[in-house]
Amino acid sequence: MDAFVNALTTILVFGLAYAMLLFIISVGLSITMGLMGFVNLAHGSFAMVGGYVTVTTAGDWGVPFIPSLLIAFVVVGLLSVLFERLLYARLYKAPELDQVLMTIGLVFVSIAAVTFVWGADPLNIQIPDFLRGNVDLGFKLIPTYRAFMIVIGALIAILLFYGLERTRVGAQVRAAVDNRRMAESMGINTGRLFTLVFALGSGMAAIGGGLGIQILGGVKPTFAFEYLVVFLIVVAVGGLGNIRGTFFAALILGVLDFAGKYLLPEGGAFFIYAVTLIVLLWRPQGLFGKA
Amino acid sequence: MSADTSTTAAAAATAGRLDRASARRILLHDHRIRLIELLPWVIALGVFFLFPGYRLLATQILIMILFALSLDLIVGYAGIVSLGHAAFFGTGSYVAALLVSSYGVPEPVTGVVAAVIVSAALGFVTGWILLRTHGLTLLMLTMAFAIMLHELANEFAELTGGFDGINFAPGPILGIFDFDPLWYSSNYFYALVFLFLGFLFVRAIIYSPFGRALVGIRENTRRMHAVGSPVLWRMVTAYTISAGLAGLAGAIYVQVQGNVTLGVLSFELSGEILVMLILGGTGRLYGAFIGAAVYKLLESFTEQILGTDQPYWMLVIGVVLIVTVLFTRNGFIGMYDDAIAWIRRRRRS
Repeated sequence: MDAFVNALTTILVFGLAYAMLLFIISVGLSITMGLMGFVNLAHGSFAMVGGYVTVTTAGDWGVPFIPSLLIAFVVVGLLSVLFERLLYARLYKAPELDQVLMTIGLVFVSIAAVTFVWGADPLNIQIPDFLRGNVDLGFKLIPTYRAFMIVIGALIAILLFYGLERTRVGAQVRAAVDNRRMAESMGINTGRLFTLVFALGSGMAAIGGGLGIQILGGVKPTFAFEYLVVFLIVVAVGGLGNIRGTFFAALILGVLDFAGKYLLPEGGAFFIYAVTLIVLLWRPQGLFGKA
Repeated sequence: MSADTSTTAAAAATAGRLDRASARRILLHDHRIRLIELLPWVIALGVFFLFPGYRLLATQILIMILFALSLDLIVGYAGIVSLGHAAFFGTGSYVAALLVSSYGVPEPVTGVVAAVIVSAALGFVTGWILLRTHGLTLLMLTMAFAIMLHELANEFAELTGGFDGINFAPGPILGIFDFDPLWYSSNYFYALVFLFLGFLFVRAIIYSPFGRALVGIRENTRRMHAVGSPVLWRMVTAYTISAGLAGLAGAIYVQVQGNVTLGVLSFELSGEILVMLILGGTGRLYGAFIGAAVYKLLESFTEQILGTDQPYWMLVIGVVLIVTVLFTRNGFIGMYDDAIAWIRRRRRS
């Protein structure tokens, strides 16, 4: 019984921490794809660059960890506006294939660029003292960093729900996702709205990239492709442009993925892809998407 | 070039922009082989004799052309975009490798036949299930399926060799020609012959009524439904053929090098092959030739010039790709067409 509770807690804590990371990174992608119907395969690159910026500020310049994450948020957010205006905006009405290819091109460029600046080996950072060690739950010790991840993820989720449901911009985003033409004819500048949301989403991905360094065993140039797939399936399973859907999809896939790897160390990584196939065949619009 | 004139002609004819006589002329005569179509094969033979040091690279290019050609059949002609075509390439690879290493069948052509059958069967089953979806969902499903296979191959490491892969030694081709790991002479021709056969096959398909129906599905699926064309069935057939050809390319790829690694199933490969095809131009037969050759040459020469195996070639390819998508209509072949059209306009005025 003890062993069972032990295993269950481990799966929940580690799985939830991973799930929160997936949510923080994927939510921006979900909004991009839902709002503009843009297939942005370069989203993983923004997260990766966020990770590298964190490594430089926190590791080399000695900026504390949390401010480093905020710096990554701002830097990548601004960078993404540049790309959005210069490249993405030209392809909003283009076929999916063109969007896929342009963003694959961006991924290639980003991989070469970060290899040039930071090298090909995985880079790690020293996490601050208050995030090291364990938290005592009474019956089990859990790593502080994972607990921190869960709390941060939950905070961001609450903030986003609040922002989307209760603020003016949130209402505009919801309107634009539901029916863009109608939203435009009501006087909402969806172009500017999109630039803003795109920057926010990329910035969040950057925070995720920084937070994930510890969990994913360092940041490396192949990150852009390796984890992109996971972000994409989280978005697809959750339903495009649906923050609640993305949240639950991240929870389900994150915990399942960790459970699979924990219970079947041999493999079990294939598990979430099987789940994704089944979910998408059953509900092509995603679990929480509208038909 | 011929492929496009006919497809656009077919489209134009249905739109009533072309008179019957010229439509008839194009549809009846366009499939004939032109002199310029000999050019790739002449180049292929020339490379073999003039640049013996580049035969390894050239062999890889031949195989990637075949792979890109298989993808062109579904992306360029049927309009099915897949982000997981490495699933079939990799399946063919592992079938060919396992036949030698685990089942003791060293004859390579037998391996190729088995690889084609297995990957086509896989293509049939997955196509039949997945092709009911469209757009983004289909993109995600093809991707998830390919990665699931990749993870499965990783999992069954005692069979597939896992991350390290398998080294194996295929026997002589048809029991006669030994593979030549040093000079790649028989290896090169082995790949070239299969590319040629695969090309003839694809060329026959796209000029057949079946091929026309695929273009119809790409251009206007609803109308094809309305005229009573069995749309799903046609797409599944095209997908199956494409999967078989991809498996063929995968089998040759591992046979000529004598080893197979998990890379043949990777998402990166699925992405790369799509990139090669688009760089060349889709739905044009020769786009696959140009795209695969340019991609591989750029990759290899950037590495040579910079003298490093760091992925800096990705910068070059990435920029070329972004520019191609933003500023050209249909890859390098599209650029060529635009240039020709521009010159003609200049002459006339």
